[in-house]
Amino acid sequence: MNLALIDYGAGNLRSVANALRYLDCAFDLCDSATALKGATRIILPGVGHFGAAMHELNRRGLVEPLVERVRAGVPLLGICLGLQLLFESSEEAPGVPGLGLLAGGVRRLQTKVVPHMGWNRLVFQRAHAITRGLPDTVHCYFANSFAATPADTGVTVAEVRQDDDTFPAIVADGSLAATQFHPEKSGPVGLIMLRNFVQC
Amino acid sequence: MLTRRIIPCLDVKDGNVVKGVQFQNLRPMGDPLELARRHVLGGADELCFLDVTASIEARPLLIDLIRRLSEVVFVPFTIGGGIQSVADARDILRAGADKIGVNTAAVQRPELLRELAEEFGAQCVVLSIDTCSRGETWFVTTHGGRTLTDRPALDWAQQAVDLGAGEILLNAIDTDGQREGFSIGITDAVCRAVTVPVIASGGAGGAEDFVQVFQKTGCSAALAASIFHDGSWTSNRLKEVLRERGIEVRLG
Repeated sequence: MNLALIDYGAGNLRSVANALRYLDCAFDLCDSATALKGATRIILPGVGHFGAAMHELNRRGLVEPLVERVRAGVPLLGICLGLQLLFESSEEAPGVPGLGLLAGGVRRLQTKVVPHMGWNRLVFQRAHAITRGLPDTVHCYFANSFAATPADTGVTVAEVRQDDDTFPAIVADGSLAATQFHPEKSGPVGLIMLRNFVQC
Repeated sequence: MLTRRIIPCLDVKDGNVVKGVQFQNLRPMGDPLELARRHVLGGADELCFLDVTASIEARPLLIDLIRRLSEVVFVPFTIGGGIQSVADARDILRAGADKIGVNTAAVQRPELLRELAEEFGAQCVVLSIDTCSRGETWFVTTHGGRTLTDRPALDWAQQAVDLGAGEILLNAIDTDGQREGFSIGITDAVCRAVTVPVIASGGAGGAEDFVQVFQKTGCSAALAASIFHDGSWTSNRLKEVLRERGIEVRLG
């Protein structure tokens, strides 16, 4: 069991690390292809700009090994921007390819107030291991201005609604799972989901 | 739909949470981590820490406090007070804070907001505006409300959002500490003037004040200090009242 927390300068790295420590989950910070080799589970955090984040992943030579590990079936959890990076592209950085592990893109939110910031209620679409043990009503903490548009809507595990906009809160496909919200900042329910990922 | 947020605010001096009347006779209130944990268990959606020393000498104490807070606080928290530069902000965010609050330094040099947003993303840049009314107009004040500027708060809020502020913490000095309700007029005006979330602050005395500010303005959150510190309210008890009045909240 070797959990790799990808370190590419993401702003929420410390918070995710703190949450994992709180849960007594051992992990390694991983900032190179070599360090990623032995990973049996991967967390990709992220806040900020899609283009800047892809640049940092590329600069560290992490893009290909990440894609290769996930295609080999290694479970990966993307968090916030880490969800958006799994898709092919983003309106935030036109022309910059994402990791392309999920088909579809990322668009600007159509909500009245942007960023979409605060606690929103998850509307579950299907069951998934990561949501096991959650109460019926679950609010999670979001801070996003963009949202994923999966080509296959079947990847959506839960969505949220705001004004006239609806977008994915959790997506999952095979060994991949990702949250648009911050589980490390969503109180007890967020910690349950992090623990589920580490154990599932 | 996003729930309306309740944000307890704590003053910090030399790495301790302190309490005083108008920044006089500041006394430690106990273990900061224990206080933070109590607020989170009490249903706080976020926490806000205001460094009232904001001196260079006390900075390492603040950074150490942020590190320790981030190990036990699994809801977002903002640190404000004395942030002058991208380097200041980086130290605070790297230590584990989720957002930084800027005030006087941004009034003196608005470009700071653009620099912060470009470096860290608008979602962690909170512009704090201390405002007081003169006649019909609300003006920006700096240095903790001690210096009045000739800048209308509405103009400043709009410019700040254009520059990169991702959230506005609007503190109405007129009602601050009075416990007679938030300043509805200016809060409503700022909410209508900008497209980012607005946090109302200044004047909370009880649940009815939160009901009013949430019903009469589009604010995303409301912040208060004294009603939480004297034990008269917890966030969850406030939220129970809000929910009865049809306002969407997260019950923690």
